[in-house]
Amino acid sequence: MTASANPLYRLVAALVLSVIVIVLDQRTPWAEPVRHVLGYLTAPVHYIAHFPVDSGQWLSEQAQSRSSLMEENQRLQRQSLILEQKVQRLAVLEAENVRLRELLNSSADLDANVLVAEIIGVDPDPNRQELVINKGTVSDVYRGQAVLDAQGLIGQVVDAGPLSSRVLLLTDASHAMSVQVNRNGVRAVLAGNGQTGLRLLYVPDTADIEVGDLLVSTGLGQRYPRGYPVGTVTTVRHQSGAPYAEITALPTARIDRASHVLLVQPSDAPARPLMGENANAQ
Amino acid sequence: MRSDRPSGTGVIIVSLLIAALLEVVPFPEAINWIRPEWMLLVLVYWVLALPRRIGVLWGFGVGLYYDVLVGATLGQWGLAFALGAYVMLAAYKRMRVFTSLQQCAVVFLLIGTVSLLAYSVQESVGRTSYPPYTILYASFTSALFWRPVCAVLRWVQLRFLVR
Repeated sequence: MTASANPLYRLVAALVLSVIVIVLDQRTPWAEPVRHVLGYLTAPVHYIAHFPVDSGQWLSEQAQSRSSLMEENQRLQRQSLILEQKVQRLAVLEAENVRLRELLNSSADLDANVLVAEIIGVDPDPNRQELVINKGTVSDVYRGQAVLDAQGLIGQVVDAGPLSSRVLLLTDASHAMSVQVNRNGVRAVLAGNGQTGLRLLYVPDTADIEVGDLLVSTGLGQRYPRGYPVGTVTTVRHQSGAPYAEITALPTARIDRASHVLLVQPSDAPARPLMGENANAQ
Repeated sequence: MRSDRPSGTGVIIVSLLIAALLEVVPFPEAINWIRPEWMLLVLVYWVLALPRRIGVLWGFGVGLYYDVLVGATLGQWGLAFALGAYVMLAAYKRMRVFTSLQQCAVVFLLIGTVSLLAYSVQESVGRTSYPPYTILYASFTSALFWRPVCAVLRWVQLRFLVR
């Protein structure tokens, strides 16, 4: 019987294999196939774990009274009217923006398609701020894709499995992105604090950033699309003697309340508006 | 005895998958701190029950699956589960004669140790924001759940004739 083999050899084999896999996973993309194959087996577990939540929602929807449904219908109709009116203005602004950009010799990519996905899991490890969504490479989700909800950016896809994907949240301690203040265009690096907030890194003490400022994505780094709201500044603290101001922000997206998210599909033309702008400015 | 032929691998896999389900089922944020390491508990039970069949390589495989399930660095829990299975293999004869309190203490130490190993891998890749003693909460609740898990799996083992 093979059971008589010394388990110590197997332990050594498993340890060596583990270390190799860890290094491969961290330094190279070669561990991806393993992850991909195991993804077929882990996705059903996430789907089943989400099932009670799903069926509970379905039940409460079925059990709603006619009057509350009518009320909701009216509210949504009003909302859609308001949104339609805003979209009318947006079309004009967009056209104007494109004309102005043409004058500057830079192209614009304001349009982007989105894919709707449902959140089916949250990372059980408090050290990682990640979500699991119910769309994978089968639905053309890819690593690095930007994820947002109706209010703003949520994060990016870090691991696209076949049937489900993992989304790294903006608030994760290992996440950072380039943002600018909507009011005056001051750029800064926005990082997660590992809990529910964000902080701006390396902002000079004299920078013009105030409480309540809206931070929008810049599109630098070619990962996030430009111009989506990311966070609102909540505190600005200037310390005498410290080289940088201490600025914290909260995400505009309702990360802890969202049940559906949008994945941004890239538009066909890979435009680089900011590069063109810089070249022109000089 | 020829009745020693292994059987019931499917039952073992299903019990591990149910443990995986318990790992990811949504809970309030506060309870996440004390969520027991279900898969590790189930693995430890099967190692103790069937030391000739379930060992280090099973531990490694289940650990890799757990890595993908929770999105950890691939191999982080593979390493931890393999070590946990090895320690249990080395101690299964003693574990069988221990009182339940002693068993719980061993499970606490085992899960605490291998979680610390996994934590140190996670820290080396920069994905930790809480201090390492926080993993002790989950180890403690795992030890509390050891006897109930044991009782359930014992029944499963007898009912489905897992050998």
